[in-house]
Amino acid sequence: MIWPENPALSILVLALLGMVFLYAARRPMHELLHAVGGLIGAPLRVAARWLAATANAMRQRNKAVLLAHGRQEVGNRIEREFERLATTVKRDLQGYPTLQRKLLDEITRIEEDYRKCGEVPPPSPDWVEAVAAVANVKSGSEMVQSILEEIKRSVDKMHEKTLGEYRRSYETRHKILEGFMPFWRSVDKTLTEVDKKLTELQNGAGAVDAHMEKYEAINAKTDKAEQMLTVSAFTQFAIALLVMVVAAGGAFINFKLIALPMSEMVGAGDYLTSSLRTSEVAALVIILVEASMGLFLMEGLRITHLFPSIAGLNDRMRRRMMWIALVLLFTLAGVEAALALMRDMLIADKQALLQSLATAAPSAVSDGWVGRIPTIGQMLLGFILPLALTFIAIPLESLIHASRTVGGVLLAAGVDGLALLLRIASSIVRRAARVLVTIYDVLIVVPLLAERLTKSTLATRRGAVDLDDSAHQVR
Amino acid sequence: MIRYLALLLIVGLTACSDPRSHTQAVYMLVDTSGTYALEAGKAQVIVNYLLGTLQSGDSLAVARVESRSFSEKDIVAKATFDRRPSQANAQKRAFSDATKGFVSGVKQSRYTDISGGLMQGAEFLNETGAGTKTIIIFSDMQEELDKVTVRDIPMNLKNIRVIAVNVVKLKTDNVDPRRYFGRLEAWQKRVQAAGAVEWRVINDLERLDAIFSKS
Repeated sequence: MIWPENPALSILVLALLGMVFLYAARRPMHELLHAVGGLIGAPLRVAARWLAATANAMRQRNKAVLLAHGRQEVGNRIEREFERLATTVKRDLQGYPTLQRKLLDEITRIEEDYRKCGEVPPPSPDWVEAVAAVANVKSGSEMVQSILEEIKRSVDKMHEKTLGEYRRSYETRHKILEGFMPFWRSVDKTLTEVDKKLTELQNGAGAVDAHMEKYEAINAKTDKAEQMLTVSAFTQFAIALLVMVVAAGGAFINFKLIALPMSEMVGAGDYLTSSLRTSEVAALVIILVEASMGLFLMEGLRITHLFPSIAGLNDRMRRRMMWIALVLLFTLAGVEAALALMRDMLIADKQALLQSLATAAPSAVSDGWVGRIPTIGQMLLGFILPLALTFIAIPLESLIHASRTVGGVLLAAGVDGLALLLRIASSIVRRAARVLVTIYDVLIVVPLLAERLTKSTLATRRGAVDLDDSAHQVR
Repeated sequence: MIRYLALLLIVGLTACSDPRSHTQAVYMLVDTSGTYALEAGKAQVIVNYLLGTLQSGDSLAVARVESRSFSEKDIVAKATFDRRPSQANAQKRAFSDATKGFVSGVKQSRYTDISGGLMQGAEFLNETGAGTKTIIIFSDMQEELDKVTVRDIPMNLKNIRVIAVNVVKLKTDNVDPRRYFGRLEAWQKRVQAAGAVEWRVINDLERLDAIFSKS
């Protein structure tokens, strides 16, 4: 305090002095604030730009990988579709000439039969007109009567004969028509078969068309294709992850089944860490070895393609490897079933010991088949679970493939987000520098006002002087 | 890939394997002096609890407290349970039978040498090399020595937990409870001075799980 008895005056004087000093340091302070803002903001901006460029490069790289992977996948599908089509064509259309010949034969036969059916009945005999002529003869004489009677007899006889022939002819035609039926049926069946095969082929061709369309879109590197492949990868990732979680549950049950009996093999008192027994690790290793065998089996069957070296093996070696993996897998499954049985026995033994140590009377134990259900169930689980775990190779492959895309997309998004944050931070720093400059000016508002006033007065005077000068010059 | 992961896991686990022993060793002293010998039946309950709780690789010994207890002859039964659980169970059955025989035919001793028993127990426990060592004293904690027995020597109970179980009150304790609390306090001081990591008193036999719980 300058004047302790008058703090208000002291503060006022100090404030005025401060203002004078701040006013004097105004320009360097402004420059300093701008420089500090630039010093912090510029690297942030550069980092943001670099991150954005990196994210872009990652996105491009992801796109390239995704499209390449998609191209390969769709290419494989097209290949498989063509193989399927080729098989269908070979299987179904190989017999097509025979089928056609059969069809033509049947049609020819039907035509012949039809022609036979189309034969007109024998025309009425000429004597009908003769009868008509005779009928016009005037009656009355006996001779005419006898002639007419004779004619009537002949006519009746002829009529009966003609009628008989006519009926026989129709009977024959009916028989021929009846004989048509199996041929019609056969023709119908053959045509249906042909139709079915052609529809199948058409469907196959449609699938190939759809795949080709997709392939072309991928080749054209369109955004739609990229989006489609990304969505597909995310879906695959989610499904594979879900299946893997389920498989992990199965593996956990499997682990629980064999962890206790493994202590009988490797000892129960050994620890790898304070809470991890060696027997538990041994059980885990067995499960992992089973999973590995399952993986090799799937590779051997060419269901998965995780190991190029296995895919590159010749068929003989591959089959050998497949059989070895299968035999080992079954052996391990058998071992697990035995371990599950041992687990049950150990638990029963422990239970019996505890009951003998307890003061309470032992509870009745069911020795019947009902009591054996858990044992049998455990053994079955011990045998089935390793074999079931074999199939995790398929979702694992999907997960690995999809995780490249999913991870890439997420990483690019993360880098992008970081770039945005840095950009925002840079902007905040620069604007903060400006705000500080303004605040600084607010603090020295009185000297600034004085400066402005002085400047305007000087400008007015200079203007007046200039006007006088110009007036003198005009004179 | 899974094969390599498994190998990595094993190598990793082996590399950071815990060298410390995780086994437990328990030495139980059963007081057979004077009227406390009548309590021996309860000792069987504790032994059974220990047999049911201890795992493969753990060690257990039961010894009597007599006029002079610093002797291997006082160990009634001892066993280090086999690493295989099935064998360990068979050992536990045999152990239980041995202690049952001892409890049913317990003979009263004239004096009570708890200190000697503690020293013998510490020796046994240190030899086992177990990670957790516990001495259970089934006694009224009233030490009585004859004139020639020397026990006022420093004991070494380093890294050993000492748990007094079923510390019954004597007639004199009932007259003046300070004697009881003073006796326990004196033992606590002595045991802790000898380097014991823990001193605990458990009188309720329904709470035996406290034997292995960390304080």
